[in-house]
Amino acid sequence: MSVQPSTTGRGTSRYDADERGYFGQTWGGRFMPEALVAALDELTEAWQEAMADAAFVADFERVLRDYAGTPSRLYHAERLSELVGARVLLKREDLNHTGAHKIRNVLGQALLTKRMGKTRVIAETGAGQHGVASATAAAWFDLDCTVYMGAVDTRRQALNVARMQLLGAKVVPVESGSATLKDAINEALRDWVASVDHTAYLFGTAAGPHPFPSMVRDFCRGIGDEAREQCLEQYGVLPDAVAACVGGGSNAIGLFTAFLEDEGVEIHGFEPGGDGVETGRHAATIHAGEAGVLHGARTYVLQDDDGQTVESHSISAGLDYPGVGPQHSWLAAAGRATYTPVTDAQAMDAMALLSRTEGIIPAIESAHAIAGALDVATRLGQEKGPDATVIINLSGRGDKDMGTAIEWFGLGDADLGPDADLEQVEADAATELDTEAQQ
Amino acid sequence: MTSTSTAFATARAEGRAALIGYLPAGYPSVDGSIEAMKVMVEAGCDAIEIGLPYSDPVMDGPTIQAAAQAALDGGVRTSDVMRVVAEVAATDVPTLVMTYWNPVERYGVERFAADLAAAGGAGLITPDITPDHGAEWIAAADEHGLDKVFLVAPSSTDDRIAMTAHESRGFVYAAAVMGVTGARDATSDLAGPLVDRVRSAGDVPVAVGIGVSNGDQAAEVAGFADGVIVGSAFVRCLLDHEGDLPAGLDALRSLTTDLAEGVRRAR
Repeated sequence: MSVQPSTTGRGTSRYDADERGYFGQTWGGRFMPEALVAALDELTEAWQEAMADAAFVADFERVLRDYAGTPSRLYHAERLSELVGARVLLKREDLNHTGAHKIRNVLGQALLTKRMGKTRVIAETGAGQHGVASATAAAWFDLDCTVYMGAVDTRRQALNVARMQLLGAKVVPVESGSATLKDAINEALRDWVASVDHTAYLFGTAAGPHPFPSMVRDFCRGIGDEAREQCLEQYGVLPDAVAACVGGGSNAIGLFTAFLEDEGVEIHGFEPGGDGVETGRHAATIHAGEAGVLHGARTYVLQDDDGQTVESHSISAGLDYPGVGPQHSWLAAAGRATYTPVTDAQAMDAMALLSRTEGIIPAIESAHAIAGALDVATRLGQEKGPDATVIINLSGRGDKDMGTAIEWFGLGDADLGPDADLEQVEADAATELDTEAQQ
Repeated sequence: MTSTSTAFATARAEGRAALIGYLPAGYPSVDGSIEAMKVMVEAGCDAIEIGLPYSDPVMDGPTIQAAAQAALDGGVRTSDVMRVVAEVAATDVPTLVMTYWNPVERYGVERFAADLAAAGGAGLITPDITPDHGAEWIAAADEHGLDKVFLVAPSSTDDRIAMTAHESRGFVYAAAVMGVTGARDATSDLAGPLVDRVRSAGDVPVAVGIGVSNGDQAAEVAGFADGVIVGSAFVRCLLDHEGDLPAGLDALRSLTTDLAEGVRRAR
């Protein structure tokens, strides 16, 4: 299995950005202060040169294999498959070092940082997963590391703060604005304007100004390249559909990229629907947002009538972002991918279901993909029979989410035994999917 | 409307640099911000930059962030900013709006330009739009005869400085510190060379934003630039007297007087 360098940024596919970073001539771009343009140009050049350099690609491949543990398995979830009447394959990114796909992105960016001769990295983080991944890569590559994290999030995610500190990173709580992920990005950008000569900004998702959406996609696209090859090897067919959760969208674009030109493959992104899109408390940016500019890119944004960013809501901190990667906006506008909201409740049901059918506790982020994809799989099973194949990106493991799960399901008190409601989830899911199958 | 270039022409005729003062609209209130800007005009600012408060101001330091956030919390709208422009422009001092891009795009670029011109505004300063990604704004500004003030930074290449000087109208904003807005104790040795590089690229005036907070610093910057931009120090006057607008206005008046005297004693 090899890392396949894309031809990104050179406009060879209609789904790629042009050399100025615009997808479909509209989405993305670089709406940034002039002070950062030289750094972004330098980064663009270094990334393009690196991806064309066989030595860099080999190095990245080696680090991913030996340190992160890729390629991740493509696993046939048999009980889940039986439940929906179609073949459900899980791309096990949860088994990577640090427990999520995000290690791919930070190892790529840290390797590039070394190549560019910079000595310090900064990162933003919401729940702390990208911060932990960045601190990990910084430790391994011997780089100074500062992570900006909303003050609200540092209190919610004290364990991840401690992990970053143990790994040697400095964690800075951000009090400005809404004191969450978007404000952490603002603060990291403010740091970068002042430190750009020796500092690289390890952006955590496939969003932001050019080249980040394309570069982060390139570092994550191994997910889809591997899955496509594994599916062909193991089953002799391409999948009928691929599915992933979408916050900023790095795991999703990492999976989708390999399948964009496979016209028979449906592409599904599942957005955080929070309490339900109709309540206004959600983070379903593509489904319910409007085109605008946030953090340097034109993309769908949750905003008010004056263009002020609206606070998002999701039970999953990793998806709780009022923007989205601009390539997803383009894939939605071009009709190549479909983006559908999944509520907090649906995601938590899926978390319990996967735990109880497959013995895998997914990240709540990934549980959004499970919830949405099971409906897709049920439909495809009816249309095409039990060999219909759906690949779901299991982008991360759920250990970090146990606090939320304890609260949501009322777990943790051994005297009470297994929670009755949770037992019911499995039965309900089976009934519901069975009913759908009969309709 | 009055183009900002008239303020530079007047200052140049008097053998001095222009003083450009910034405050966000809507702090401490919409009417309070109008009053404050009028005080700055009376006490010697040659041009006014009105900040349009935005939820994600990546180029601003803590002082301006705090005032802009308070203005947003107070419910300031883009339409209020247009009213502030109209009131301040009525003093005949060139009046610009400094804004991040999304509020303009949301309002409608063409509509924003039309309404700004109708309110008597001179143009826009756009900290997160560079000319190479600003075609829509450039077209609208040209259509309505508005100033297009783009920024340069010490990290800008000569090619980009040439492009920016060529595309700017009114003046070029030299952000002469690598960092966010905020008052600083020392002026930067990056500023002089940056101004020289812009001057050799075109004959548009160059104003420097560098965290100036007193007359001595203003005099120093006025020694090599066409204009001195002051923001955080003005905002600080109002923040330091929160809840007591008259005291804030007194502080603004004496700071403006000090700065106006500074830009006159440089050369």
